Amino acid sequence: MSADLIALSARDAAEQIRHGRISADELFAAYRERAAADAAKGEDGLNAYTWVADVTPSAPAASDAAPLAGVPLAVKDLFCTEGVPSQSGSKILAGYRPPYNATVVDKLASAGTTLLGKTNQDEFAMGSSNENSAFGAVRNPWDASRVPGGSSGGSAAAVAAGLAPWALGTDTGGSIRQPAALCGIVGLKPTYGSVSRYGMIAFASSLDQAGPFARDVTDTALLYRHMVGRDGRDSTSLQHPDEIALPKGVDLKGIRLGVPEELIGEGVESGVREAFNQTLALAEQLGATVETTHLPHAPHALSAYYLIAPAEASSNLARFDGVRYGLRADADDLLSMYTRTRAEGFGPEVKRRIMLGTYALSSGYYDAYYGRAQKVRTKIAEDFRSAFDSFDFIVTPSAPTVAFKLGEKTADPLEMYLQDFCTIPMSLAGIPAISIPNGLSDGLPVGFQIAGPAFSENRLLDAAYVLEQALGFDGSKVRA
Amino acid sequence: MIDRAQVLHVARLARLELTDDEVGTMSRELSAVLDHIEKIGELQLDDVPATSHVIDVVNALRPDEPVPSLPREQALANAPEVVDDGFGVPSPGAA
Repeated sequence: MSADLIALSARDAAEQIRHGRISADELFAAYRERAAADAAKGEDGLNAYTWVADVTPSAPAASDAAPLAGVPLAVKDLFCTEGVPSQSGSKILAGYRPPYNATVVDKLASAGTTLLGKTNQDEFAMGSSNENSAFGAVRNPWDASRVPGGSSGGSAAAVAAGLAPWALGTDTGGSIRQPAALCGIVGLKPTYGSVSRYGMIAFASSLDQAGPFARDVTDTALLYRHMVGRDGRDSTSLQHPDEIALPKGVDLKGIRLGVPEELIGEGVESGVREAFNQTLALAEQLGATVETTHLPHAPHALSAYYLIAPAEASSNLARFDGVRYGLRADADDLLSMYTRTRAEGFGPEVKRRIMLGTYALSSGYYDAYYGRAQKVRTKIAEDFRSAFDSFDFIVTPSAPTVAFKLGEKTADPLEMYLQDFCTIPMSLAGIPAISIPNGLSDGLPVGFQIAGPAFSENRLLDAAYVLEQALGFDGSKVRA
Repeated sequence: MIDRAQVLHVARLARLELTDDEVGTMSRELSAVLDHIEKIGELQLDDVPATSHVIDVVNALRPDEPVPSLPREQALANAPEVVDDGFGVPSPGAA
């Protein structure tokens, strides 16, 4: 019975609860048991959760106002959840229980979802392997000796392994799309601003974007539908011009796909390239046209990103000073209290980025680094705009490699940063992009990325859905 | 190349205490990352406006109406030290 419940998609589960065929409590208990069993194993399990609910929360009765009634939701640790640990993967926030909910957490609760647990992540969302968490690395459900990707590695691993029907993540430079690809599930980074950032523990404010993880494109659309909306508490949030619809379509007739030469060259593994090319051929069979195009400034995206994101992070993370919450180190004077608290509380990658960002913003370097990077960003956004004059979507592999071994890339920060080579340009341009599984290479999942203009999510989800149906990827064996 | 003196200067600005080992590692790693990043210096960008916001938006204003804020006990609930209904900290005086 429990296995049958886990096999249901989130949409089907919501439907069955509504018709009284299954109970919300039963569904929650089935997931809770699996999530708690994994959490109890610590780092011998997947280590996907940092907190799992111990009682079944009461869900609102299923109704038109609460269409997701009783479907459990896993939430990335960096979203504030009232009274529930929200630590952003960091020792400096160990034990922190916020007095309020993030807006998106409230919105999804109103739609009827129940909080199943908080998921492990790279500290302050800085990382591409989930090895930077103060609460231990997360493992990939397809091969426990490998990483799930990051920074939303816990959310991706939990959904892939059937420890949650769906999950919330955040994407600053690829932190939803890359782990979705490495774990064989669907992940959407929406248009910048379409989901409120209020209550999301900030990394890089001009890039941070909340988005959904799910087993399929339909569930992804359904969760995203209830996340969007302008919020008076986030002045950068925007009203999405469309209501998000469930995806539909049977072919890609008339759809023009652009393949940017700059993002599919060296660095992309042969197995990943093979799966990518097969999917392009499939898209053509479905009626799409596929042509090579150019994003001339894309090769500079990584550099611009590693100035902008650390600069914003160094400013955002100034608030962690041992005064109002979290860790405080012993010291006799105030300045030593600050510097020691931060020395003890932050991990190596976070320190590295704070240092890089502080340097880039320091007197005499601002114009050469941060100022220049923001100009490169303008050029990258222009590249996409002109590409979208000729193409409906830009497509690339989601990540240059399949899941790599734990520890394989930790010694060289730059090599780790290159994991986000294909995803960072879209983040800088603020445009939506989705990763869907498009096959296996050596038994490990590969992701296919589709990017569209700002607010094109409905069209993007339709195209992803058509491809998904034709690809027929089956991730059920890792949910067993 | 970021030398040890620069690392220590930036660490002071960032309010980070670094061990001797960390200063060396940081100097090496930041130099490697900056070597890569400095390629954007090759681009001709003189007439390019810097991005201030990726999606075109106008200022988001709202009426300035007072609303209840977080109650004091909740705001202090996570504090490492509470003194006289406020956040307690060590003396800012020179140590």
